[in-house]
Amino acid sequence: MQADAELEVSIDIPEHRKLQVTQGTPDRIFRYIITTGAYFSLAVLAMIAGFLLYRGFQIFSDFGLGFITGAKWDAGSGDETAPAVFGVAAMLVGSLVIAIMAIAIALPFAVISALFLEYYAPLAIRRFLISILDLVAAIPSVIYGIWGYAILMPHVVGWSKSLNSWFGWFPLFDVPAPIFDRSPFVAGVLLALMVLPITTSVAREVYSQAPRDQIDAAYGLGATKWGALRTVVLPFGKSGLIGGAMLGLGRALGETIAVYLVLNLVFKINLQVLASAGGNVASMIATRFGEAGPYELRALMAAGLVLFLLTLVVNALATLIVNRSKVQ
Amino acid sequence: MNETIATDRTKRNADNLELSGKGGLEARDLHAWFGTHHALADVSLHFPERTVTGLIGPSGCGKSTFLRLLNRMHEFIPKSAMAGEVLFNGDDIYAPGVNPTEIRKRIGMVFQKPNPFPAMTIGENVLAGVKLAKIKVENKDDLMEESLTRAGLWKEVRDRLNAAGGSLSGGQQQRLCIARALAMKPEALLLDEPCSALDPISTLRVEETIVQLSETMTIVIVTHNMQQAARVSDYCAFFLSNGGPGRLVEADLTNNIFNNPRDSRTADYVQGRFG
Repeated sequence: MQADAELEVSIDIPEHRKLQVTQGTPDRIFRYIITTGAYFSLAVLAMIAGFLLYRGFQIFSDFGLGFITGAKWDAGSGDETAPAVFGVAAMLVGSLVIAIMAIAIALPFAVISALFLEYYAPLAIRRFLISILDLVAAIPSVIYGIWGYAILMPHVVGWSKSLNSWFGWFPLFDVPAPIFDRSPFVAGVLLALMVLPITTSVAREVYSQAPRDQIDAAYGLGATKWGALRTVVLPFGKSGLIGGAMLGLGRALGETIAVYLVLNLVFKINLQVLASAGGNVASMIATRFGEAGPYELRALMAAGLVLFLLTLVVNALATLIVNRSKVQ
Repeated sequence: MNETIATDRTKRNADNLELSGKGGLEARDLHAWFGTHHALADVSLHFPERTVTGLIGPSGCGKSTFLRLLNRMHEFIPKSAMAGEVLFNGDDIYAPGVNPTEIRKRIGMVFQKPNPFPAMTIGENVLAGVKLAKIKVENKDDLMEESLTRAGLWKEVRDRLNAAGGSLSGGQQQRLCIARALAMKPEALLLDEPCSALDPISTLRVEETIVQLSETMTIVIVTHNMQQAARVSDYCAFFLSNGGPGRLVEADLTNNIFNNPRDSRTADYVQGRFG
C-alpha cells in the first residue's frame, strides 16, 4: 500500500477527456428510425390516456374519489328527481378478483406444463405439443366465451356446489342464494384457460434458458431429475415466471367478451366468488356503451381510464417484483 | 528439448497398479458416441484407489467424454451412446438395476467452469448435495467447516458463509465447488480441467487441495497443463485422436510418461511439439 501512496503523490490527476464519436450516415439513419419508432409507440400510449382523461374529466370533477369508491351505477332519469350516479368500485373489485383467480388457477398448471414440455416430453412430440400451445393461444375470445357458457359452466357449477358445501364456512365460498352459474368463479376458471397458453409459453421459454452447467452440477452431486429442476431451473425461472404471470394478468384484466358471456354483472361489491353476481370493468363498458347517453358515455371513458391505470399499476408492481428477486 | 521434467509425485511405485480396493475405478473397452459420431474408442484404464491420474491430450481427443463416462454424466447428452464397462469397487456401474444418481453421489465431479448455485449462499452451496440427496447429517456446521477446510477455502469464507456463492472470485468459486463435492464424502473425484479458468495462485491452491485429497480418495483429473499433470498426478494417460475417435495411446507412472514414454507421439506431446 505504501507504493500506492507514493504513486498518488507524484501523479497529477488529469481532467476527464471528452470523447466525441463520429457516426457514419447509415448509423445515424438507423438510429433515427429506431428512436422515432420507440417514441411513436409511447406517444400513442400517451394519446390514448390523454383522450380518456379529456373525455372523462367531467366525471372525475363531478364525483371525485366517489367514482372509484362508489359501487352504484345509475344513469338517472335526466332531471332533478333522479340524478345520475356513477361509481366503478364493484366493477374494479370484480376485475381484480376474477383476474387474480384466473392467474392463481393457471400458474401451477403453466409451471407443470412448461417443465414437462422442456424436460420430460420426448423430443419427437415436443414440437407438436408446442405448436398446439401456440394454436390454443390464437383462439378468438368469443369462441372461449361461447364454449365457456355452453360447455364449461355446467361443470364449474358442479364444482362450485361442492366447494360451497365443503368450504361454505369460509366467507369467500359462502353464497346468499344457491345459484352458482355466471359467477366470478366461472369467469375465473374460463380466464384461467385463456391465459394458460401464454403463461405456459413464457415459462417454457424461461426454463429452456436455465444454465446447463448448473444443471450438470446438480446431477454431478447425485441429484434426481426433479432435484436438479428444483435446485436450478425453478429458482432461475422465478422472475421470468412472474413476468409471464403478469402478461396473463394483463390479458385477464382486459378480457371483455368472454367474461361478458359467463358473468352476471351486478353493481354491488361482491367477494363471494361462487355467487351469481360479479363485476368487470371491461365487460361493463361493452354492455353499457350501446345505450349510453352523452353523460354516461363520459363515465364509461373515465372507467376506461381507471382500467388503463390499473393495468399500468399491475405492470409496475410486476417489474418491481422481478427486479427485487434479481437482486437477491 | 529433451530435458527431464520434474514430477513431484514419485512416491508410489508400479506395484500399486495392482491395488483395487474401495474407490478404485476401472474402465474396460469403453466406447462413446454422440449420435453417429464415434467420439471415443476402446479405452481400458485402471485407476487404483487413492491415486491421482492425469488425463492429457489435445482438444477433441475424448478426455472429457471419457471422464463423464466414469460417473454416468455422459448419458445426459441427447442421442449419446456408450459401450463397455466401468467397474467401481469391482461392480459395473452400467449394470441393469444400478441407480445412476447413487453412483454420482459416490463419484463426485468438478467442472471446467466454476458453477456454484447462484441463488444459494456459500454455506448452502456446500450442503446443496447433502440436501438434494436427503442425507441425514448430524452436525451440518461441522460438515460445512470440514468440507471447506479440505477444499482450502475455510479461512477465506468463514466470516461470510451467508454471502452469495457468486460473490466469490473465480478461484474461490472453484474451490467452493470442490467443497460442495467433498461434502458428499465421495470415494472418487473427477475433475474436468478444474483450473482452466483460474489465475496461477488459485491454481496452486487447488493443486495443493488435490494432492491432500488423494490421501483419502481416488482422483481423476483432465488437464491441458503439462506442469499441472506433472505436479499433481501419480499416473498419466495420454489420449489422441487422428481425425477418428479418440484413443488411449499410453498410460503409465507420470514420471515415465514425461521422461521415458514408450510411444513417440506421447514424447512429442509432453515436450510441446504438437497439440
